[in-house]
Amino acid sequence: MRIRFDRDACQGHNRCYLLAPELFDVDDEGYAVLRTDGEVPEGLERKAQLAADNCPEYAITVEG
Amino acid sequence: MEAQARCPVTDWATDFDHTDEEYAARAPEIWAQLRQECPVAHSPRFGGTWLPTRHADVSAIAHDTEHFSSRGVIVSVFEPSEPAPVGYAPPITSDPPFHEVARRLLLPAFSPKAIRPLEEPTRRFCGELLDDLLDGTGDGDVVDAATGYAQHIPVRVIAHMLGVPTSDGDRFRVFIHRILETAGQNDPVAPEDTLTWYLAEKIAERREQPADDLISFLLDAEIDGQPLSDDHVLGTVALLLLAGIDTTWSAIGATLWHLAQHPEHRRRLRDEPELLPIAIEEFLRAYAPVTMARKVAKDVELGGVTMREGDWVLLPFPAANRDPEVFERADEVVLDRERNRHAAFGLGIHRCLGSNLARMELTVAVREWLERIPEFELADPDAVRWSTGQVRGPRTLPVRLGRSS
Repeated sequence: MRIRFDRDACQGHNRCYLLAPELFDVDDEGYAVLRTDGEVPEGLERKAQLAADNCPEYAITVEG
Repeated sequence: MEAQARCPVTDWATDFDHTDEEYAARAPEIWAQLRQECPVAHSPRFGGTWLPTRHADVSAIAHDTEHFSSRGVIVSVFEPSEPAPVGYAPPITSDPPFHEVARRLLLPAFSPKAIRPLEEPTRRFCGELLDDLLDGTGDGDVVDAATGYAQHIPVRVIAHMLGVPTSDGDRFRVFIHRILETAGQNDPVAPEDTLTWYLAEKIAERREQPADDLISFLLDAEIDGQPLSDDHVLGTVALLLLAGIDTTWSAIGATLWHLAQHPEHRRRLRDEPELLPIAIEEFLRAYAPVTMARKVAKDVELGGVTMREGDWVLLPFPAANRDPEVFERADEVVLDRERNRHAAFGLGIHRCLGSNLARMELTVAVREWLERIPEFELADPDAVRWSTGQVRGPRTLPVRLGRSS
């Protein structure tokens, strides 16, 4: 599974960080930082989906 | 106190009034009806005001800072006093490009990692409030969850953050009531009895004697090597105080109002405490307290209507959160909802700065309440009173205490 994060769309809602801290960190200003190179590590597919499905700004997409 | 009498609303599509008691009591039904019949409603009140009710329209407005200015965010008969892009309470009243400058200054103080250390003091405040609330009570007794609990939590937390006495809380609530709930309808008040006066005093104190708090942080902050103007500091502190109290109080109260009527949800949260963070987002979706507003900056077509420069536009994020186009079973509270792109904290560049703080307070407040009061019900559903204006939550919430386990 691939995950994509659009930093320009992120407004720092922090929903991804709360739901999937294994995949997302936050910077000092509270904007999300994707912790992987785009490949979702095995076992984290559900968390990746949750992060995407709960982003109010549609900044996260998953494929595969 | 209302200085002006208002006409009753006869048609919500052409004459709505968000400061009407009926709107306060049954806003979700009114939004649902408008979404079907007239998704962007208009009212001649307050000099001309629009009310979009679909998620798509609310989102489009929130993301369009070219046509919609934030220089006015509280709809009233008064024109906002300060022009764009700074506005009277930066950054909430600011537009690009100044908005980003003012906001970035504050962001680090409200990031999730910065908020985490406040969780323990919040838990302590909640515990103390529950001690007081339950003192001398027993099963079957009635307490007010809004005035006896919910309303005090954000007051104490914000006072703690600003470094002002928690005992000033009662004054905060008077200021907030005047500014947010009865905007433009108040009798004149003495200057020394205003929020501006109060904050100017506190800011002067911090100038003399800096401390480890937000006021001192702002006095120390710089934009392009220059300290912030006095108006900027005062406006921002006023914003933090106003924006942080009524809103969070409303979310806590509305969640307790829901739980009082849903024993199955109380039980589930007790049996599956790990579900609470997900459930909290669902409460935020279903009972989002905050409706923002904008001033139309340039004529624009939206949702089939033409909005004219100078018109007010309400941004009812709570209505967007109940749009069935975006949310399945939109009017139902689904505790474990997995797809929940709620807009309780707004959308776009003005996303609520205090969202992490509010989320933490709501989570702690509900968890502590359920631990001490696992069983409770509405004492009298008709006695519940919802606030009017742009922040919606129960202001009177009598609940009967059940068996403590």
